[in-house]
Amino acid sequence: MDEPAIFTEGLEKSYGSVRALCGVDLAAQRGSVLGLLGPNGAGKTTAVRILTTLLTPDAGRARVAGLDVVDDAAALRSRIGLAGQYAAVDENLTGFENLDMVGRLYHLGRDESRRRANDLLERFELTDAGGRPVKTYSGGMRRRLDLGAALVAEPAVLFLDEPTTGLDPRSRLGLWETIEDRVHEGTTVLLTTQYLDEADRLADRIAVIDHGVVIAEGTSDDLKDRVGGERLEVHLEEGASQDAAIEALAPLSEERPFCEAGTIRVPLRRRSGAIAAAVRALDDAGVGVEDIGVRRPTLDDVFIALTGRAAEGEGEAEEVAA
Amino acid sequence: MTAALADTAVLAVRNLKRIPRQPDLLVAFTIQPVMFVLLFVYVFGGAIRTPGYDYVDFLMPGIITQSISFGGFVTALGLVDDLNKGLIDRFRSLPMARSAVLAGRTLSDIVTNALSLVVLTTVGLLVGFNFNASVPEIAAGFLLLLLFGYAFSWVFAFVGLTASSPETANSLGFLAIFPLTFASSAFVPVESMPSWLEAFANVNPFTVTVDAVRALWLGAPAGDSVWGAFAWAIGIAAVFATLAITRYRRVSSR
Repeated sequence: MDEPAIFTEGLEKSYGSVRALCGVDLAAQRGSVLGLLGPNGAGKTTAVRILTTLLTPDAGRARVAGLDVVDDAAALRSRIGLAGQYAAVDENLTGFENLDMVGRLYHLGRDESRRRANDLLERFELTDAGGRPVKTYSGGMRRRLDLGAALVAEPAVLFLDEPTTGLDPRSRLGLWETIEDRVHEGTTVLLTTQYLDEADRLADRIAVIDHGVVIAEGTSDDLKDRVGGERLEVHLEEGASQDAAIEALAPLSEERPFCEAGTIRVPLRRRSGAIAAAVRALDDAGVGVEDIGVRRPTLDDVFIALTGRAAEGEGEAEEVAA
Repeated sequence: MTAALADTAVLAVRNLKRIPRQPDLLVAFTIQPVMFVLLFVYVFGGAIRTPGYDYVDFLMPGIITQSISFGGFVTALGLVDDLNKGLIDRFRSLPMARSAVLAGRTLSDIVTNALSLVVLTTVGLLVGFNFNASVPEIAAGFLLLLLFGYAFSWVFAFVGLTASSPETANSLGFLAIFPLTFASSAFVPVESMPSWLEAFANVNPFTVTVDAVRALWLGAPAGDSVWGAFAWAIGIAAVFATLAITRYRRVSSR
C-alpha cells in the first residue's frame, strides 16, 4: 500500500509550560480529506504549522507527501499549499499580482506564474476583480484569493486552517465546493475546523483533537454513532404530561426519548418525516406542543459524548501558541 | 544564491508596487521633507547663525540626512503588517529563500530613498542651495547617504519585528531617532549648544554623517568625518542586521 500523504507519530510541541501537542498520531491517504476537529486552543493550528514546516516538533515525527517535515523541509515546501486562518494576501497588490508573486516565489518562472494566476482568477470567479487592489475585496473574495494562492503550485497536499471561519453562509458553501473540486482532482487535504457540519461535509476521516490529544478518530458516520446523530427536540405546552409525550414518541426511535431541562429529546436515526410523525403522535395522545424541531449535533455534543463535558474554548492560549 | 537574489527582487518589487497605492506613504517620502526644508529655510533661517555658510547650504545636508534615516520606516510598517496579516507565514511555507523577506524590504527602501534624494535635492536647488564640489565628491555624498539610509532600514527592520502594531513601531522609531537628529549638527552648529549637549552631539553618528556630507558637497574641512561616517553606517547596518535577523527567526517560528 502507498505511504499515506500525511502521517504523524507521537507529535509533541510545547510553548514554555503550555503543552500544545502531547503525542498526536494522524494519517491521511492520498486523495482523501482529513478533518481535524476541535475547539480553539486544542492544538489544531500547531499541528498545521508543524506539517507545513513553520514549526519544528519537540518530539515525534511527521511525513507529508513522502518527505520528512524537518529533514526534507526545503523540498517539501514546493509540494504543499497553505491557506491560513486569516486571508494572507497583500491588500495593496491586485488579485493578479498576489497570485503572480506567489508563483514566482514557488520558482515557476515568469510566464508560468502569470498563466496560473490568470487560470486561478478565472476558476475562482475573480477575473473581473483581478486588476483591483485586494483592499477593495469582500471577505469571501479574499478567502477565495487566499485559497487560490495556496493552489498556485498545484500542490500534492493542501493545508486549510479554519478556511471558512468568519464567512457568510453563501461564501462558505462556495469555498466548500472549491475544496471538493480539488479533492476530485486528487489533492490530499488536511482541514481544521470548529464546525462539525464542515468536517461532516468535507472530510473522509475526522480526528477530534482536545488539549493536544486525538480523542477520537474515524469516519463521520463512526463519530455520529458515538455522538448519537440528530435529535428531535420537543417543547411541551404548560401542563402537558411529559410521561405521555415520552410514551407517544417512543415508537419514533430505537432509543428511549428522555426529558432534559423541560425539553423532550428523541435520538433520531433518520431525519426525514420525523417532525410530521412526532406531531401526529403527540396530537393523537392529546399532548400540547409549544415548539418542535430537529437539532443537529454540534462540536459541543461531540465533546459531551466523548469526554462528558462541553468543548472548552481556549482562544487566548491559541493566540499565544500561534 | 541566484534563487535567493531572484526571491529578494520579487519581494522588493512587491514592496515598491504598494507605495503609489498608499498615498500616506508617498506623502511621508516627498511632501513632508519638502515642508521641513521650507519651514527651516524661511522660518529659522534668519535666526540661526552658521558662520561661513548661507543657512540653506548648511541646512540641506542636515535635512537630507534626517529624512533619509526615516526612509526605512516603510520597512518597519511593512513588517508589522506582514506579521499581523499572516503573510510571513505564507512566505515561510513557500520554497523561497528565508533571507529574502528582510533583504527585499531593505532593498526596496534603497529605491524609495533614492527617489526622496532626488526630490529633496531638487527642492534644495530651487530654494538656493549650491554644490561647491567636484562631481565625484557630490556622488560620494549621495553614496554615503544611501548607505546611511540602508543602515537605518535595518534599525527599522528590528523596530518593526519588535513592535506589535504600526502605532508602536511609529512611536518607537520616532522617539529613538527624532531626538538624535536634532541633537546633532543637522540644523544648528553644535558650538551653539550647552557644553554637555555639544559633547554628545560631537559623537552622535548624525553629526559625523552630516559633517561628512557637508565636507563632500560644500568643500568644508572634512577631518576624519568622511571615513568616520562610512564606518558608522557599516557598523549600524552590521549590528542591526544581526539583531533583526535573529529577531525574525524568533518571531516567525512561533
